Amino acid sequence: MVKALGRGVFQMEHSVSIASYAAVAGKKEGDGPMGKCFDRVEEDSHFGQKTWEQAESRMQQETIYHALEKASVKPDDIDVILAGDLINQCTSSTYSLRPFGVPFLGLFGACSTMAEGIITGSLILSSGAGKRCVAATSSHFSTAERQFRFPLSYGGQRPPTAQWTCTASGAVVLDTETKNAPKITGACIGKITDLGVTDANNMGAAMAPAAADTLTRWFKATGTSPENYDAIVTGDLGKIGGKLLLELIMKQGYEINPCYHDCGAMMFDADTQDTHAGGSGCGCGGSLLCGHFLPLVKSGKIKRMLFMATGALMSPMLVQQGESIPSIAHIVEIVSGKE
Amino acid sequence: MEITPELYKDMTDGSAPKSKSYINIPLAFLIGGGICLIGEILLNLFEYFGLEQEEAGSWTSVILVFTSALLTGLGWYEKIARHAGAGTLVPITGFANGVTAPAIEARTEGWILGVGAKIFTIAGPVILYGTAASVVYGIFLQIFKFFMK
Repeated sequence: MVKALGRGVFQMEHSVSIASYAAVAGKKEGDGPMGKCFDRVEEDSHFGQKTWEQAESRMQQETIYHALEKASVKPDDIDVILAGDLINQCTSSTYSLRPFGVPFLGLFGACSTMAEGIITGSLILSSGAGKRCVAATSSHFSTAERQFRFPLSYGGQRPPTAQWTCTASGAVVLDTETKNAPKITGACIGKITDLGVTDANNMGAAMAPAAADTLTRWFKATGTSPENYDAIVTGDLGKIGGKLLLELIMKQGYEINPCYHDCGAMMFDADTQDTHAGGSGCGCGGSLLCGHFLPLVKSGKIKRMLFMATGALMSPMLVQQGESIPSIAHIVEIVSGKE
Repeated sequence: MEITPELYKDMTDGSAPKSKSYINIPLAFLIGGGICLIGEILLNLFEYFGLEQEEAGSWTSVILVFTSALLTGLGWYEKIARHAGAGTLVPITGFANGVTAPAIEARTEGWILGVGAKIFTIAGPVILYGTAASVVYGIFLQIFKFFMK
């Protein structure tokens, strides 16, 4: 069961284990500074498929298979899969999971989907509604560019605040039995936050207030402070959003700088990879959580961390109508299972 | 402490790095100017080989548009445009790129509802307002001619 600490903030009374985790990424991500942490890097950005949409589905499917294999389970052993992505109607997930025959909940939280999936999965397991869940997410540069911006071969210049959607995917298998594995011990469900940013080329700035709000609510509800954590990790605020979060959270009286990391800022080398403010996309936070941070938690190098995936709930149509960009951020608290 | 949208706007304005105009503008000038120079050389060559000025101009456009479409298809135009900005956008090659890029991308949705429907998604505004502007120009020209008689 869970214990509610405040609105949308709760702790697991019996923690949920992350039995396995997997990450698959594209070539550009593989060439970046984090390239070695992925289970597989695919050189062909089409993943052997005919269309970009099929490519993303294929990547997500492979990631889930990797995670299942590492947990030594089959699709039939999974009670529910929770997955989502950036593409309209969450088709990357639905087409990826079409052959699985596993009960499915589709999620949309833009780039916050990984945390949303883990939270929902943990609650399902805590309630006893299932024994084993999978949470997965993906993003692909080419599907996102087509849907949100311009055709790939269109010649345009990106402003310095722009972020690069990662071709990457992450998946975790959650259960209540696995010993010696990272544990989900608590979570904070984010509120939709909007401080009026209208620039779709500055998503980091749009999302930072949501991250600051969720983090403040978490610290207040749990009575913890940044010193209690070895790492506080955001999904894809990038360099600009990350800097703004540090400033915003400082105004609330918290100094998180010493343990702060952002997956978007870590993913690429901005100087040589032309990625401006950093990586973005569901797969950015999802793949680095599964490829980089969870192994560190498992080995005990990180004892307690907060994974906060941030999402800009952006629609190109509403931005054209003059609307600002609402954002959201969810926190998952992950603790090392090592005694 | 409450962060208002006004206060946050100041924070974001201060945090966003500015575009490097001292690199971007000279590069746009050089590459854009380079494309125009190639056009001028082609025009002069055609005239040298005996074509009338209007015909030479048409052939110059045809060659520039074809080259731009070819480079777009090969994925090279976007790489040049990343550095050239307005330098590759403003000349006729930019227009060709704006038509070719969506056409290539929409192939997966078929010839009619894909390529056919989406080919002008970027060039559409230029075509519409270019045509509209020429109509307005034509009307003014006629009025002007009427009074100058």
